[in-house]
Amino acid sequence: MIHDFTYLKPGSVKEALAMLAEHADECKVICGGQSLLIVMRQGLVAVDYLIDLKGLDELSYIKYDDKDGLKLGATTTHRIIEKSNVIKKNYPVLTAMEEKLASIQVRNWGTIGGNLAHADSAGDPAPVLISLGAKIKLGSKKGDRVMPLEDFYTDLFETAMEHDEMVLEVHVPPAPPKSGSAYQKFNLLSSDQGIVAVAATVTADKGGVCTDAKIVLGNAGVTPIRAKSGEKILIGKKLTDKLMTEAGEAAAGDADPVSDIHASADFRRHLIKVLTKRMVKNAWDQATKG
Amino acid sequence: MEKKLIKLIVNDVEYELYINPKTLLVEAIRDHIGLTGTKRGCETVSCGACTVMIDDMAVKSCSVLAVQADGRKITTSEGLEKNGELAPIQKAFLDEGSYQCGFCTSGMLMSSEAFLRETKNPTEEEIKDAIEGNICRCTGYNSIVRAIAAVAKGKYAEVKS
Repeated sequence: MIHDFTYLKPGSVKEALAMLAEHADECKVICGGQSLLIVMRQGLVAVDYLIDLKGLDELSYIKYDDKDGLKLGATTTHRIIEKSNVIKKNYPVLTAMEEKLASIQVRNWGTIGGNLAHADSAGDPAPVLISLGAKIKLGSKKGDRVMPLEDFYTDLFETAMEHDEMVLEVHVPPAPPKSGSAYQKFNLLSSDQGIVAVAATVTADKGGVCTDAKIVLGNAGVTPIRAKSGEKILIGKKLTDKLMTEAGEAAAGDADPVSDIHASADFRRHLIKVLTKRMVKNAWDQATKG
Repeated sequence: MEKKLIKLIVNDVEYELYINPKTLLVEAIRDHIGLTGTKRGCETVSCGACTVMIDDMAVKSCSVLAVQADGRKITTSEGLEKNGELAPIQKAFLDEGSYQCGFCTSGMLMSSEAFLRETKNPTEEEIKDAIEGNICRCTGYNSIVRAIAAVAKGKYAEVKS
């Protein structure tokens, strides 16, 4: 049973931020609601005011240029991102991730800002975006601030957002030359969340040495996790099969998975080990081809 | 809580509803408007039995607030037939026997219809992807894929005299 709420529909971002400031401790922002309505129905979220951003076109945009990279407005739907040619050309890993995010119906209505703000550790976009070095822009009546997406996640379904803040934009820097990215989740139904997921972005120099690596694990702890000891094994080296295997093993050690109905913690660690190696190899092949 | 007055355009008919804002779109369609073709299934955005089209996009009506669809064009399975004649996808489901218990059928029809409107000459893989958000517990997927393919191939196209 959903708790009764007063429905507020702002006509602009400015109006939305004013409503947020007024009802900070007793409200929630909704847009697609594809995750939020479930937890509201379960009674896990019960608020007196609901601020609806659906239809707020001011925040529905995809902007790209080679110098600044990609900017995604918070109310842009997954389906628009999935179908974007400019994203497919410059960040094919984002397109591939969106194609496997839940189902078409969810992607038609759900939004990137809502997904990130919901902070489900099994969410698909966050690991990929963190591996790409994305930042998130938050707004409140007091002003905007930008932080690395990696620092946005603080605990299970918890973020660094204050109660009077909301997500405005995601900013992905331009992909460096000779870099590659890959993402895969392990699941039984294609429209499911990942039992675990791994995103990897690696960069090579002209001599074929790995200059940067970001490995991010999804559903392997209470937040998306950077597998930093796995990354350390790769940076500064010419990548070999053996190093990638070691990086997988180290990433499994960085994970802090739970045992639940879907998989034991041990099996999750095993999956992370295997997927990390595969994703690093896939990303490295892209980075070093041609 | 303050009730809201909204307007839904369902199958080309305008309805004015005065509702609690927590009313889900599926509740507005079934309980307030009385069109029961749309089914309530899992109510966790998983099964797709409640799929309708909003502005020609397939969405799960169990996870959209009715107020969010205010002023929008909604199509349910009842809106597929025109002038008393079944739509091509409905005829194809009949011909291919694309249902057993029938509970998933209206949602399957709406996902199929939205897909066929935006995709010409689909591959079998694309058809399977199109119904990824709809679960059939009788496992009759192959007959559904055949029905969508038949419509895509023009088997039910209107013969123009």
